[in-house]
Amino acid sequence: MKNFEPVIVAFCCHYCAYTAADMAGSQRLPYPANVKIVRVPCSGKVDALHIVKAFEKGADGVYVAGCLEGDCHFKSGNTKAARRVEYVRKYMEEIGIEPERLEMVYLSAGMGYRFAEVATTITEKIRELGPSPIKSATAGQTGQVAC
Amino acid sequence: MKTESNLEKVLNAGHLAVTSECGPPRGALPEEVVKKSKYLEGVVDAVNITDNQTAMVRMSSFAASVITKQQGLHPLLQMVTRDRNRLAMQADIIGAYSLGIDTMLCLSGDHTKFGDHPMAANVHDIDSVQLIQMVKQMRDEGKFQGGADLKGDPPKMFIGAAANPFADPFELRVMRLAKKINAGADFIQTQCIFNVDKFEKWMEGVRARRLHEKCYILAGITPIKSVGAAKFMQNRVPGMEVPQEIVDRMAATPKEEQPEEGIKICVEAIERLKNVEGVAGFHIMAIEWEEKVEEIVKRAGLYPRPQV
Amino acid sequence: MITAERKPLEELIEYVKPYKRILLLGCNECVTVCAAGGRKEVGLLASGLQMALLKSGISIDIRQHTLERQCDPEYVEEIVSMIAGVDAVVSMACGCGVQQLAMRYKDKPIFPAVNTKFMGASERQGVWAERCQGCGNCLLGETGGICPIARCAKQLMNGPCGGSAGGHCEISEDVDCAWQLIWDRLKALGKEESFVEITPAKDWRSGGGSGPRKIIREDLAE
Repeated sequence: MKNFEPVIVAFCCHYCAYTAADMAGSQRLPYPANVKIVRVPCSGKVDALHIVKAFEKGADGVYVAGCLEGDCHFKSGNTKAARRVEYVRKYMEEIGIEPERLEMVYLSAGMGYRFAEVATTITEKIRELGPSPIKSATAGQTGQVAC
Repeated sequence: MKTESNLEKVLNAGHLAVTSECGPPRGALPEEVVKKSKYLEGVVDAVNITDNQTAMVRMSSFAASVITKQQGLHPLLQMVTRDRNRLAMQADIIGAYSLGIDTMLCLSGDHTKFGDHPMAANVHDIDSVQLIQMVKQMRDEGKFQGGADLKGDPPKMFIGAAANPFADPFELRVMRLAKKINAGADFIQTQCIFNVDKFEKWMEGVRARRLHEKCYILAGITPIKSVGAAKFMQNRVPGMEVPQEIVDRMAATPKEEQPEEGIKICVEAIERLKNVEGVAGFHIMAIEWEEKVEEIVKRAGLYPRPQV
Repeated sequence: MITAERKPLEELIEYVKPYKRILLLGCNECVTVCAAGGRKEVGLLASGLQMALLKSGISIDIRQHTLERQCDPEYVEEIVSMIAGVDAVVSMACGCGVQQLAMRYKDKPIFPAVNTKFMGASERQGVWAERCQGCGNCLLGETGGICPIARCAKQLMNGPCGGSAGGHCEISEDVDCAWQLIWDRLKALGKEESFVEITPAKDWRSGGGSGPRKIIREDLAE
């Protein structure tokens, strides 16, 4: 487990978090390579299915990064995303995945430093939690088949 | 006179009638019914026997009415449309009448949500107004609801209904009463009256439609035992209105004197209501406090009860 | 429309556990509109089921498909070959769709993935409320367009009861008093006096009281 490198999928809104990630890059602020960014036109575009599929395909953690409250380019995409995240967290409990593995965060385009901080905090939190139970189960299954 | 009902006789003779109620026990405990009826013997003209009140299973109103009757009192069979369909209700009506029960109250009943069987189906094949119609049709036309003729003498039931002047929308409350009277209600028992002003306003509407001339209205009265009970009824009982001054008055009374204060409030209300045109009597609901009914009746100057 | 809600995953797992290959079958009609059993929900459930089963060390081949309508034999016919390839079907349609499948594919286990709730309308995005109980003899013309059978907790046809307070039903602050709504409508229509007319006891034969109901349109029936 020491060598565990979590896979984190970050759905980033084009108008804030994605730009913030860009800024973090240009300011040469380091953040973990574990975070795979998926650019979306608005956090409201992220569907429950996208998040669930991410876990199914092996993500250890997922977060949706939207604009600060009241700043959504499409008025309320971020608040809709937040409600969806809550919904999926409940579904994760049913499935048997710790809901802490999914988060909603809010950023503005200028928050390069904050972006790097969020990416680091979430990566470390997931590292603590260990591999997603789905990933472990898949590995176990493959192992069984191999035997 | 439409029936042999003692209540009808008292009302017909122009006396202020007095009724009270008895909640049957939650078990096969006939002695409990006997005990409660003893408190009311000679004190009231009829005793309401509740039908699974607050949607909790109790001894059937029918059985407890028979026991009460055996004690020499006049039972008033309550019937809710929540638990039975029209077949079962009609069967009980002719059954009850066969055993000498001649007075009944038609209700829809508290929702099962409030009782101890929230998982039960609410039947509501018919509603309270339609139940009144059904009983009237059985009595006056000798016909079942389905249209077939009843055999033998029709059940001569004195038909009662409930009215709540304190529920919303207030403007509908008189019209709903009119509906029940048009359906065939001979007498009405109202929800507990704590807000006498509002009741008087309702009665103005009743008189404007001359409904008090078409049926007897018994004003509902409940003695409050404690400030806690007052607050509970104020906040928790649907359709009940307890004015703040009553709660304050109870709260200002030392705990041990609160029961007496509650009776005083109740007697004062009766005295005031006696002067309201159209009030034909009182329905005293002393819930689990039946032993106090006699005292209330005496202090309110309603004793002795007329022999008719 | 007919509304539904997905069953708990736990219950569905019990259904599918014994099988190797299952078909998760959605419906494009009502359950799509109420977000319970359309194409998207099929995807979500397939993914969730797959992961939950994996956790218990079970691997099942979950196939996904969504029919235009599960309550019509023509559409149900379309999936003959698909059905042949699976051990069981989990239908995300309402109870009508599930039964249509069961009648057509007699030797195939069919399980419901949703609990069919009621005939309702959308109050706002994401909120559906009961509006009709299919009594078979519509009285909305007399009640200002508000149904006391579906919307009064006591099904009073001559309401409101003594528990109506501030526009709410006595059972919950979240439930409107149907008779308050009816009264408001009657007032708006200037038909207050029609309230006094008694609605007589209902003939429930039209509402299922005489057994399962059927409609036959002679001109259309083959």
